[in-house]
Amino acid sequence: MRSTTAPSLPLRLLAAAAGLVAWWWLYRHLAAFSAWFTYSVAGLDRGSHLGSSVEFFVYDSPKVMMLLVLVVFGVGVVRSFFTPERTRRLLAGRRESIGNVLAALLGTVTPFCSCSAVPLFIGFVTAGVPLGVTFSFLISAPMINEVALVLLFGMFGWKVAGLYLGLGLVIAIIAGWVLGRLKLEKHVEPWVYENMSGGNGAAGDDGPAMTWSERVRAGTTAVREIVGKVWIYVLLGIAVGAGIHGYVPQNLMASIMGRDAWWSVPLAVLLGVPMYANAAGIIPVVQALLGKGAALGTVLAFMMAVIGLSLPEAIILRQVLRPRLIATFFGVVAGGILVVGYLFNWLL
Amino acid sequence: MKKIQILGTGCAKCQNLAAVAGQAAKALGAPYELTKVTDLKQIMSFRVMSTPALVVDGVVKLSGRVPTIDEAKQLLG
Repeated sequence: MRSTTAPSLPLRLLAAAAGLVAWWWLYRHLAAFSAWFTYSVAGLDRGSHLGSSVEFFVYDSPKVMMLLVLVVFGVGVVRSFFTPERTRRLLAGRRESIGNVLAALLGTVTPFCSCSAVPLFIGFVTAGVPLGVTFSFLISAPMINEVALVLLFGMFGWKVAGLYLGLGLVIAIIAGWVLGRLKLEKHVEPWVYENMSGGNGAAGDDGPAMTWSERVRAGTTAVREIVGKVWIYVLLGIAVGAGIHGYVPQNLMASIMGRDAWWSVPLAVLLGVPMYANAAGIIPVVQALLGKGAALGTVLAFMMAVIGLSLPEAIILRQVLRPRLIATFFGVVAGGILVVGYLFNWLL
Repeated sequence: MKKIQILGTGCAKCQNLAAVAGQAAKALGAPYELTKVTDLKQIMSFRVMSTPALVVDGVVKLSGRVPTIDEAKQLLG
């Protein structure tokens, strides 16, 4: 029965198509628009510091915001196809190695909030998902998020974003596999295993299939929640980048954090692990460090360490993991990020 | 009397769910009792994997997101 207040599906699709076309047109004309705005409207001089900075900001801000809205919406819709219950069913009883790969991939698309890390962990483990596979999921879910990827793409190009995605998945897969090999089950708090549920079809196992209308709403809700929370950091990050772009001479701190300082990667990882910030919030810092001559690889490793591991997370996990397991978990992941940091520097 | 339980360890979404559930229950007019469950072991006894979760008279109705007030009214139904 069609509701009389909501627009019909064909109408929605038409609106969506029109929206995409408008988006694309705007996107393609951003560079020209920013040049026109900076030099014709605001009357700044080409080649001046202020002119450079303003043009950069006017170009990058709408560009990144538009990308963010589009991607967060898209991922929100994709996520509506996945639930933790479904992921658990896909992973239960899987052999390792394949399980690790699947878990890492699913970690990127299953809706995940760090407050649910513990219920999710327990739910997986008691349903027969191997410990190492569960870890692969827990590593990829917070670290590889679409906000980070969009921002990296918007600011540094698809190669950087692609590397971050690819190597992030590699870390999740290998670290999870290693942790599985170490047979650390005895370091999980015993009461967790007391709840062996056998992966029953708990209430709302997959839920009733969503209609497309509901999926679209999942997308728009995601945009409202996520973009609504991070837009200020994004603009801040771009502003910092714009300032650096226009004013700071290159390589101010190259000797300390540049490619040649081999210990910059371990230092970055060491600093980043206990810190917590969301992906958008760390971008201003990333821009600032880069502007001062830090190597891109070192900075990306720092970003992974900050987003992927944190002291608050360790504290939350303490409820289900013994300290030795937490330490091993963090150690293995940090080690992975370290290697990837060197790899980044070598490749970029 | 309807027994409404909000499962969650205390992040912003759990507060939102509690607020929405409370409003929906008031709108429906029936007598209700709303409690927040923050103890992990208790939350796990419901076999939920993502918080926040809405439990009505012992049955998990929704987990992992905050519903609209209309949705909540239907779930409390």
